This record gives sequence, structure tokens and C-alpha cells, in this order.
Amino acid sequence: MGAYEFRMPSLGADMEAGTLVEWQVKPGQEVKRGQVVAVVETQKGAIEVEIWESGTVERIVVGPGQKVPVGALLATLTTVGEAPSRPPIAPAAAAPIPTAAPAARPRPAPAAPRARISPAARKLAEELGIDIARVEPGGPDGVVSREDVERAALAMKPAPAAKAAAPEWHAQMRRAIAVAMARSKREIPHYYLGTEIDMTRALTWLEQENAKRPVAERALYAVLLVKAVALALREVPELNGFFTDGEFRPGPGIHVGMAIAMRGGGLVAPAIHDADRKGLNELMADLRDLVTRVRGGRLRSSELTDPTITLTNLGEQGVETVYGVIYPPQVALVGFGKMTERPRVEAGGTSSRRMVNATLAADHRASDGHRGALFLAAVGRLLQEPEKL
Amino acid sequence: MGAVTREQIKSVLWEVLGAIAPEVDLDAVAPDKPFRDQVDIDSFDFLNVVIRLHEKLGVDIPEADYGKLATLASTVDYLAARCGVTDKGRDR
Repeated sequence: MGAYEFRMPSLGADMEAGTLVEWQVKPGQEVKRGQVVAVVETQKGAIEVEIWESGTVERIVVGPGQKVPVGALLATLTTVGEAPSRPPIAPAAAAPIPTAAPAARPRPAPAAPRARISPAARKLAEELGIDIARVEPGGPDGVVSREDVERAALAMKPAPAAKAAAPEWHAQMRRAIAVAMARSKREIPHYYLGTEIDMTRALTWLEQENAKRPVAERALYAVLLVKAVALALREVPELNGFFTDGEFRPGPGIHVGMAIAMRGGGLVAPAIHDADRKGLNELMADLRDLVTRVRGGRLRSSELTDPTITLTNLGEQGVETVYGVIYPPQVALVGFGKMTERPRVEAGGTSSRRMVNATLAADHRASDGHRGALFLAAVGRLLQEPEKL
Repeated sequence: MGAVTREQIKSVLWEVLGAIAPEVDLDAVAPDKPFRDQVDIDSFDFLNVVIRLHEKLGVDIPEADYGKLATLASTVDYLAARCGVTDKGRDR
């Protein structure tokens, strides 16, 4: 017999706290690894949180409606003593900001009048609309840093109950995106590569496949992109993982985060787990399920914490080329633009081809342009043989 | 679904699109301009529309015909033809 402490997970680089909405288990109940045990409200909506240990619920520590920081004890479990079964995934992805303890809660009263504030922190506070006087310094030097402002921005909301009103919720999501993207542009030395990929064969093949299928089983070409990206990552693994604590850590699997726009603004990029090992039908089913849950239902915690790379397909909005911003602590983002018909000159003749611009935004701390180029070339090559995807 | 009228087809289409884009007033959408931009639906939403129409009206919509479902007006026309509705209703 052992004990396990179930804590508020970090559901992304931009999360500092969450509100427990409801428990789906009670004391005395047995739970299995991977089971959804609670629903937590975050800036990305209500998330179903899974537990990664099996056992019996001993005690519930945090009740519904309470907002607690990431890492806070939520419940205790009595276990039957097997080894923790999901070791590398959660820690790598779930602790993106080197854990500087949940220090900088916004305070109800203004801070001491002579608090020292770094110029960068003051500037960020202005950008994010944070009252700098209410931010407490997190470090031992007593100086309010940019990180303190980020934490304050994230913790600022006074715990909306189960479902925040839409404008409020969108404001929270904007703030979450602001923090993550500002951190990305500040910390990650991005490099960008782009190439044209001939999609004619892939699209023709898919059209023939879809013609044989009932409507509910048809696939969208986005799944071809997901699979090709996932397989190409096997060849260039340094684009798949996280940059944390000053070094690149390879992802425990190839979990492609699909950027999905939400109605009314904002986006999330939940994971399609082990995308390199799934067939196109399974990927399509996963993608449909994710899109449906992003727009109407709930995501699960592992879907938010696990992506090892992000894929964004903005072609439908008419853009030809995407210049992505990496979602930290990931190290790469692959973008696809609009499918366009373009002429190709070959052996003295011209033909019409359906082409897409594929781009890579990658973290230069983790990889170099040469490897990035090999990755894009692999994506293009794999898409020439769609039947093998 | 047995014999249907254009009015019923329009109502099914409104219901299906309304479920995906509840915030949009479909009566304010220009019927002769592409609705995907106006209602802000992407290829996943569109596939779901096709699946729901198939379920509710029992018509098969081949991928090659997607182009005929560009505007609300052309979609109603297309579905009416597929459902065997002959009257050119004056519902728009």
C-alpha cells in the first residue's frame, strides 16, 4: 500500500491556477490510471482532469468552487503499490515555467509604496493592463520581475464559478494567449523556413478514397498533413519535444497539437496522441472528436499538456503562408497555407498542380536550419505517397 | 424522411447550421453569397453539416458536389433536387 497526492496540474505554459468545478469521484471510490476524476475551469474552458495513478480515493482536499494554484494538493489516494505509470510525459510538459512557486498572487491592497520594479516588468504590466502596484515580487531580491507580472496576470481573475460569461471567458483566454506568446517571442530564438509542397497526388488519392466512403467516414486533407508531419518528426526528432531548464528534452511520443480556432476568438491546440502510429481513419476520428469537444464540450488535461509540437492550418482563411509563433516550451510549429493551383514547368512542358506552402518556425536553441530543412523536405516527400501514410 | 417541401429543407438546413453557429442570425446571411465565410465555418464544420444533412434528409452528398453547397440558396436548391422536390418555392 502506498499514498499518492493528486495535485492541480499545469495545463500549459500559460496556466498558474485553476478552479475546481466538480469531482467525479468520492472518498472510498476506486480509480484507475487515466480516469477522469475532476473538472477544472481554466482560461481554456472546463477541462476534464485525468489521474495517472490507480488506487482508492482517501480524502478530497479542495472542494468545488475553490481556485487553487498549480501544484496544490487536491486529493489523496491510497495505492496498491505499483510503480508510477506515466513518468516522463506529465513532468516534461506540465512544468514549463521553472517552478518559481506560486508566489505572485495579486494582492487586495496596493503593495508597499517603495516596491522595486524592473523596467521590463513595468512595461509588460502596461501591455497586459495589470496594476503593477498590486504585483508582489516572487524572488528573494524583492524586485518585481516580468515573471511576477505574468503570474499576476494569470491569477488575476477572481475565480469564475463553473462557467464564466462569454465576454469574460474570452478576456481570460486572450490573457492566457498574451502571456504564452509574449514569453515565446521574448525567450525563443525563432528561425523560419518555408517550402512549396505539391499536393496533387495526395489530394487526388484522397478524393478517390472519399468517393468510396459514406459521408461520415470521409477524411479531410488535414489528416494527411498531421500524419506526414508526425512521420517526418521521427526523422528529425529534435523538433519534437520541449526546451526546459536550459536544454532540449525529446518528447516521450509524437503528440501533435492541432491549433483549433474557437468561435468568437481564441484558440487551443490539443494533442493527437501518438499521431505517427495511427492510421488515417483513426486520426480523422480523433480530429473530429477534438474539434467537436473544443467547440462544444470539454478537453481532457492530457490533451492540453502533452503536445510535443503544434500544427496550424490556416489555409481555409485564405492565407498562403503561416509564420508561426512557437507555444512554449515546445520547440517547433508547422504551418500550412491555402491550397492553390499553380503552374509547374517540367521537361519543357507545363502542368497545373495543387500546391501548399509549408512553413516551420523552430527554436534555434534546439535545432538548426539544416535539420529544419530536412524536416520540411521529409514532409513533402511523405505527402507524395499518400497511400503509405 | 418521406416527401419533403422546400420549406422543410430550409428549416433542416437552418437547424443544422444553427447548431454549429448558434450566434449567427441565418436570416441575415446573404443567401446568394458563399455562406462558409459569412457563418465562419471551416472544413470540419462543413463536413459535420454534410453528415447532419445526410442523417436528417437521407440524401447522399458526394464530395464532388460540395461546390454546389456554396450559398444558402444553392444548398436549398441542391437538396431540393436530391430530395425530389419539384416546386420552385418562393420561400427566399
